[in-house]
Amino acid sequence: MSPVDAVDELTLVEQAREGDGGSFETLIRRYQNRIFRLAKRITQNDEDAEDVLQESFLKAYDHLDSFQGNSKFYTWLVRITVNEALMKLRKRRTGKEVSLDEGLDTGEEVVTREIAVWDGDPEQTYSQEELRGILDRTIDTLKPAFRTVFMLRDVEDLSTEETAEVLGLSIPAVKSRLLRARLQLREKLTRQFKRKGEDVFAYL
Amino acid sequence: MPTCKEFLNGLGDYLDHAADPSTRELVERHIRECPNCHVVHDTTKNTIRVYRGEQAQEIAPQVASGLLDAVQRRAAMRRKPCDQ
Ligand SMILES: [Zn+2]
Repeated sequence: MSPVDAVDELTLVEQAREGDGGSFETLIRRYQNRIFRLAKRITQNDEDAEDVLQESFLKAYDHLDSFQGNSKFYTWLVRITVNEALMKLRKRRTGKEVSLDEGLDTGEEVVTREIAVWDGDPEQTYSQEELRGILDRTIDTLKPAFRTVFMLRDVEDLSTEETAEVLGLSIPAVKSRLLRARLQLREKLTRQFKRKGEDVFAYL
Repeated sequence: MPTCKEFLNGLGDYLDHAADPSTRELVERHIRECPNCHVVHDTTKNTIRVYRGEQAQEIAPQVASGLLDAVQRRAAMRRKPCDQ
């Protein structure tokens, strides 16, 4: 970790608030890749993700004064980004239904058809590039409500409560969507990563 | 023995270390007894791990510089509000 990285988030936010442009740029460089990935995974569109990236950091910059130090700056930035990204998604998909409730509470059963152990750790088996491609393609197949909840809870580490608040969902709804998202991803990744020619019955 | 459905109902909280003691006990017992759900638990944990561990790709240089430019323009506007 370079000395610049070691400067803690809150100090940077304080300095940026006092007009130190360099501090805000440090925050940008620290988080831009993650924020872009989040925007891209929600909007599924490069151009939209670039817009969301820019609009989110500008909004954060404009509203630094209203940022309360009681949450992490990054969490706050993630919330801004999700709102911007969902707005984009809705705009692009006007005419189609894109409510976060899309196709959800239909009582459909969660699927666990693919029962097979993985062939080692994919982090070892695949290059970073290959693995990233697989993860991107897989999460892209999920509906917006599922991939957004998964990104917030399991990748960006927001709490269930924070996720519920950002998405305007109840806590049970967040939990049920998260479980379905995890199981859908599990199902698809297992198809990709399973030990070939074997299934669990070989171990019985 | 708890059913596979009961296991699935408890799995989310269990993975989040948010399960109450009886749910935790139920899930752990089921994992020991049911080979299928043992695998489901294991591969779900792996799924979360690979997504969480993935490093975000560097954004394209022109996207990064576009972002910096936009913020710097905003900062300049703020310093000279009369110029708007
Ligand atoms: Zn079972």
